[in-house]
Parts: sequence; structure tokens; C-alpha cells
Amino acid sequence: MRSVMSGSDMDRALRRIAHEIVEKNRGTADVVIVGIRTRGGPLADRLVGVLEEIEPGPVTSGILDIGMYRDDLDQRPRTVLGPTELPTNLDEKTVVLVDDVLYTGRTIRAALDALADLGRAAVVQLAVMVDRGHRELPIRADYVGKNLPTSRSEHVTVRVAEIDGEDGVWIDNPAPGDEGSAT
Amino acid sequence: MKHLLTMEGVDRATLDSLLDDADEFYEVMHRPIPKVPALRGKTVATMFFEPSTRTKLSFERAAKALSADTLSFSPGTSSLKKGESLKDTVLTVKAMGADLMVVRHKSTGAAWRVAEWADLPVVNGGDGAHQHPTQALLDALTLRQHFGSLDGLRIAIVGDIRHSRVARSDVWAFTTLGAEVTLVAPPTLLPPDLSGWPVTASTDFDDVLTEVDAVYVLRVQAERGGASVFPSVAEYRQRFGMTDARFARLKPDTIVMHPGPMIRGIEIDGGVADDPRCKVLEQVTNGVAVRMAVLFQLLGGSRDE
Amino acid sequence: MSELTLQNAVVVGADGVLDGLNDVVIVDGIVAQIGSNLAVQGDAIDCAGAWVGPGFVDVHTHLREPGEEWKEDIETGSRAAAAGGYTAVVAMPNTDPATDAGHLARYVADRGAQVGLVDVIPSGCITAGRAGEKLAHLDELSAAGVTLFTDDGDSVADAGLLRRAMEYLAERDGVVAQHCIDAGLAAGGEMHEGEISSRLGMSGVPREAEETVIARDLSLVRLTGVRYHVQHVSTAGAVDLIRDAKAEGLRVTAEATPHHLYFDHTSVRDMNPTYKMMPPLREPADLEALRDGLRTGVIDIVATDHAPHADHEKDHPWEDSPFGVTGLEWAAAVVNMVVGLEPEGFFKVLSCNPAALAGLADQGRLEEGSTANLVVFDPEGIADTNGTVSRSSNSPYLGLEMRGAVRMTIYRGRVTSRDRSVADPVGAAG
Repeated sequence: MRSVMSGSDMDRALRRIAHEIVEKNRGTADVVIVGIRTRGGPLADRLVGVLEEIEPGPVTSGILDIGMYRDDLDQRPRTVLGPTELPTNLDEKTVVLVDDVLYTGRTIRAALDALADLGRAAVVQLAVMVDRGHRELPIRADYVGKNLPTSRSEHVTVRVAEIDGEDGVWIDNPAPGDEGSAT
Repeated sequence: MKHLLTMEGVDRATLDSLLDDADEFYEVMHRPIPKVPALRGKTVATMFFEPSTRTKLSFERAAKALSADTLSFSPGTSSLKKGESLKDTVLTVKAMGADLMVVRHKSTGAAWRVAEWADLPVVNGGDGAHQHPTQALLDALTLRQHFGSLDGLRIAIVGDIRHSRVARSDVWAFTTLGAEVTLVAPPTLLPPDLSGWPVTASTDFDDVLTEVDAVYVLRVQAERGGASVFPSVAEYRQRFGMTDARFARLKPDTIVMHPGPMIRGIEIDGGVADDPRCKVLEQVTNGVAVRMAVLFQLLGGSRDE
Repeated sequence: MSELTLQNAVVVGADGVLDGLNDVVIVDGIVAQIGSNLAVQGDAIDCAGAWVGPGFVDVHTHLREPGEEWKEDIETGSRAAAAGGYTAVVAMPNTDPATDAGHLARYVADRGAQVGLVDVIPSGCITAGRAGEKLAHLDELSAAGVTLFTDDGDSVADAGLLRRAMEYLAERDGVVAQHCIDAGLAAGGEMHEGEISSRLGMSGVPREAEETVIARDLSLVRLTGVRYHVQHVSTAGAVDLIRDAKAEGLRVTAEATPHHLYFDHTSVRDMNPTYKMMPPLREPADLEALRDGLRTGVIDIVATDHAPHADHEKDHPWEDSPFGVTGLEWAAAVVNMVVGLEPEGFFKVLSCNPAALAGLADQGRLEEGSTANLVVFDPEGIADTNGTVSRSSNSPYLGLEMRGAVRMTIYRGRVTSRDRSVADPVGAAG
């Protein structure tokens, strides 16, 4: 396993993304930060913390579970569902989805479907810690912590302290023929 | 979990996981668009060989809320009347493309036999007087929503235990989740041998009335009266009915549950049925949520780990 | 002239087990000679220490002909019997039509003789059409050779009617064989009433359903003096009743089935209707009482209650499936395994006592000059339980590892089965 981002790299990336969000949206008044379970959750919480440091006023946030929206349920072991907690009304809001790794785009597609069922956001943007390429859908990120060229057989692991006890991003090359996955 | 056939022997982690998922689907049911795409392209066959309205509707509602298609089978319009064996019926429906079968049958073990023949996930929607596992899950969810947990709850199940698949399922689900269960019935409606049941039994409803957190009232099956298992409906109500007078003697936070359909004036008085502490309609709503959880766990991500 | 010599066998003769290993020479359907190191006549078969005794006799076989030939018929049932070591079977009268008149009994006997693999002995109904309302044609049935009368499948519920049947048959020295289940106590009953039925929510058949009928019938036996036979005893309490009746001197006999000796009600837990039969599988204490009853002679006979049903009839859940399992092919293995009798007792319960009950002079006996109805049974051999000879496969023994193999069945001097390979019928199918 090779380290590609340290904990402080991740901190710096989050701070940069926070500034980009403020700049792009001219503040945080109508912004809702929504983490995608599981590791998007803590990343979203940290982003909210930074945003509240650099902009006045509280930042609205939520968490989205996409288990019911996956199109690859058959290919996975049992999906454990978690709660979805969002502000009651997303109408006319700018939703920033937060996830750890952007890979095929299928997770984001599922999140967009889930979001559409839950309200009508004015704008949806996407923030990810790592973009490793290999998209299968026309989806791109608005805010990226690190662009990481990978091969499909490689495995990218993002760890966050709240869940894994440490921060960092690693890449490894599993046994030949073992298809890598995003997280 | 490959099938859901019984509550007997199902461990606590499995029950908790189903109820946790049911909580999420309960939330889905209360969205403006109460539907998710989880089981798009899947087909759920509801095979009810015994008349049932609510359970069948509930499963179909659950399947549709998960975007599954439904195939509905009812004996009135089937080849069963022409003498087709159950096995042939099952293989026929499988050949039409069912991915999962929900089976309700008057005979004991029907769902087990279907599981053996069909090689598909099977949900027991009620077999004879044996098991009705999704009823137990919805009952457990209702109790958990109201009390936060079943741990330490005292629950009385009152009525025709002997012929009740609801009781046979509830007993295992409730006690596995930490509750204490007392069965209350006349001796002719208690099972003849309770060895190995994690319950106590009583023939005196009034004796247990004031000590319980929930009273689960079972339907009096009118046809049983003809089989002389109690002297008369009036006498049954006198001793075992959830009457207004008995309701007044319950602890103030005790709730009343019933699997439906209720027969007012016999096992439950109208005043009780209409009281907010009677959770019958919550049970019905929760029925859809737990059935969504069951279908989701059996069809979504069913690959063995 | 047909000849056959069985060599090196433990021979169970009319006076018990012969010392050492002996040979049996069969000439023209008769046991010509029994002794050690006899001159071989015809083919020689080395029995290698297996038991040779009188062929088994089943006093309780459902051959299903006429009327339900998709389950079994007299030919397929005879073949299954031969495979199981039987040389005679008593056909139960619950056919369609029921055997309640002389011509119907003659039909069964004639078809059996045409097939020619075992003696097929018809039994007759006690009541017309087994309806329990009026007497069957008892005189006609007697004239047709019937000695055993039963409404098997149902008890004769009306005690007054049963009394008249007993009085009538006592005079003719017939046997009243009763299927002892009280219809009221067993109403809706699907299995033994107890822990398992309570858990499964199935209506139970309490032991008392059997015992109350036996107790009532014994009063009537006392009154009428008839010979009375209790079919398929299933409870410890029934064994006690029969023991007392015998001690009192009543002319009572009793049978137990292989499945009631081998399986208990926990087999029903999986709700597989292969284990559905009446009376139902009981509890371990009952099994032990039945086994002990056979050892002590309280129960005289092991009878199969061979009850074939087609797959399509058992491809249903429990309550929708018919009662009954087959039994002819592995009954001897069951007795060998769970009753644990020495050779003499083994042939007593499978051959001698049932032959005596059915009044068959040339069955149940092995001595010089007797008809060569014999079986070679290897008590240490492993039974072949892959597939049935019977037309139906509703057998709980399929796939089980069982000890005790029928090596050869000889009926009237002819080898009818060798290691479950059954000979062709003698006559053309009728």
C-alpha cells in the first residue's frame, strides 16, 4: 500500500474546497452540504466546520444513504441501510454532495436519484476527496481534493479518523484479476 | 438470509437488522414520493392459496414501493381447483419469471415445500397455524417505535393461541428481542404442550391485566365456536375480551395491539379499538415497512458474502 | 424337476435354530432336506452364514387394486413384497370398491395367483363400503376364504354394530382387526399431539384416541369371545392394555409397524409429508414400549401398513397430503436394527405369528416336507435403499443406511427376488 495523501494533505484539500465553495456560491447562505454515506458523512461535517470558520452564519447540512438507489445490488453483499437526514426543504437550495472517492460515477448517479426523490434543489454540486478517473457515466466533480491517475486494477482506500481511526489516502495493487473498487 | 420462513430460531442480530432497515423504509413511506428504485427489474410473486386481503395488499404495496413488479396468484382463478399439485403451480409461476415468492397457505410448512421446489427466495406469508414471520416483525417494530426497545417489556398475548400463527411467530420475535410474554387463553385454546416455549401461560386475563406494557389481542375465529372450544362467544368475551372495563384497568401507558381484522364487540370493544393507545393502524403501516425490509434484504444484495 | 440348494446358513426351523451352519435342499417347491453338508441338488447358493427361515408374511398391506392403480397394483405390490423377503401378504380391503363382498375378495386372490410372486390373501370389510353403517357381506367373504376382517383406515365407531360383527365372526372363527382411532379425539388430527404439534400449530392425535378404542373393544371381546387383532399399535398405553388382555386370557393379538418402531414425532419437524401416517409417529418412550412389546411377546407381529401414494399426491404441503408410507421393502431391516431379536424371535414376528393369524398353513414354517416359502436374510448386510421396487416412493427409508439385507426370497420353490432383483410374474397380467 502506497500513501498518496496524508492527514494534513486532506485538511489542506478540505480548506481549499471550502474556499472554492464560498467563492463559487458567493457565500454559504443557500448552501446545503450533504455527505454520502459512509465516508462522505464525516468529510461533510469537517467541511461544514471550515465553512463556518471562514463565513458568518451557520451552514445547513445533511446525510444521504443511497443503499436503496444502487443499481448494482445484485453484485454486492448485503447492503446495510443507514438513515437519511436532510433539511425538510431543499427547494431553491444549492446542494453540495460530498463523497470520498469519485470513480465510475454510479454512486453519484444513485445520490442524484435519491436527492431528486427528496426535493427539488436549485443546483447540485459535487465535492470529492479523490478523483481516480474511469467514469462510466457523464458525471464530473466541481471540487476535487486530489486527482489521482489509477489503473482499474488498483485499489484506492480513503480513511477518515471518525470511522477508521486515522486520516489518509492509500493506493495498492491487489492480486492480478482482482477488480479494484472505489472504497 | 436466503428465505424468511419462521421466527423460531432467528437471532437477535437478524431481527435488529430487519427492524433497522424497516425504520429507513418507514421514512421512505412518509416522503412526498414514497418510492425507491432498489428492486427495479425484480418480480415478486404473491401466491396466496388462502384468502387474505391485508397481508397480500401489504406485500404488493411493499414490492411496488421498492419498484419491483408483482405477479399475483389467487386460488379462485387458478388450476388448483382442477387438481394441480402445488409443486406444478409453483414451477409454473417460476417459469413466468418470479424472483421471489410470498406464500400464504392453509397447510403447515407450505412455504418450506415451495422453497425446496422453487430454488428462489421465499417469504412465508402464513402457513396453517404455524408461522407468520412478517406479522411478528411488524408487531415488534410497532413495539420498538412506541417503547424504544422491547427489552424488559411485559406483553400478554390473549386469545386463540392454539390456532394462531401470529402468536407462534410473536412469541419468538418478542422474547428474542428481550420481552417477557404471557399467553392468556382458556385451556382449550392454549397449545396442548408448551415445552420449550419461552413464555408463561395463564387462564386468568384479569390477573395479568394490570402488570403488562402491551396487550396483544388475537382474533376469535368464529368457526372455532362451532368446534366447541368455548361455550359461547358471550362467555368468551366475559373472560377474555379486551373490554372497555378491562381497558380502564390497564396501566396508563399500556398499549393494545391486534393483527386484524378486529371483530368489535367480541374480542375487543369499540372504545378500545378507537383509543389512541390501540396501535392497529400503526401496525398496518409498519407492515409495509417491514415487508420492504424483508424484500430488500432477500432480493437486494442477496449475494452470499 | 426344479432343484435348489442353500448352503452354509443359520437355519431357523419349526423347532428353533439348528446348530451350526446347515444346508436346505429344495425340490419341486418342497423343502426336501435340511442338514449339514448335504449333497447339492440343482444350483448351489452359498448363504455364508446368513439366516434362512420361513418367508415373511405381512398381515397389513395396501395393494391399492382395484381402484387406485396409479399408487400400486397387485403386481407391483407383489414385486415389492418379494424384494422385501415376503412370501405372503394380506391385502387390505380399503380399495375402490372396498372389498365388502365375496366376488371382490375372489378378484384380489385371483389376481394375486396370476402374478404368482407371493400369496395374496384378501381381507374383508367389517361394514358395507367401510361406511360403518351396516354389516358387510360377511358370509360371502368367509366363503371366499377371508378370515381377517377390518375397516382399516377407519375404526368401526358404532359399538353396537361392532358387537354384532364380533358375534357373527366369533361363530365363524374370523378375526376382527381394528384400526383403533377414535374419530372425535382425532378430529382434524395431523400428527401426534405433543410438543412438536404444539410448536407447528397442527391439530394432534392424542394417544388416547387409540387407547379408548382398544379399551372399548376389549370389553366387547370379553362379551363376544371373538378373536381380536389390534392393528398398528403406536402407544405405550396400548401395549399395556394388550398385555393385560392377554393375561386375562382374551384372544387378542397385536401388530406394530416398522415406522412406529423406527421414527418418532421429531421427524415431523421438517413438515415433510413422507412422515405423515395414521396413527402418527409417537414419542421415544412409545417406540421403546413397542420394541419391548415385541421382545416380550405382548406384540405378536410386525406388519408393514405398506401404504403407497404417488409423488404427485405427496407434492403438497402436510395437510393436503394423504396419510401413509410404504414399508414392505425394509421392514426386516428395521426389525433387525431396532428390536434386536435373535433369529428365532425375528422369524416369529415377521413370519410365524402373522402366518398363524392369517391361517396360512404353508407359510411361517420351515421343516422337511413344508412348502418352500423361504427367505435368506443377512443381518449384517447393508440394505440397498436407493430407489423402490414399489410403484410409489413415499418411503421414509430411502437413502438411509440400514443394516439387514434380504438376499433371496423363495416362493413355492422359485426364486422370486435376489438382492432386490425381482423375478417376472408367473401369469399374464389380467
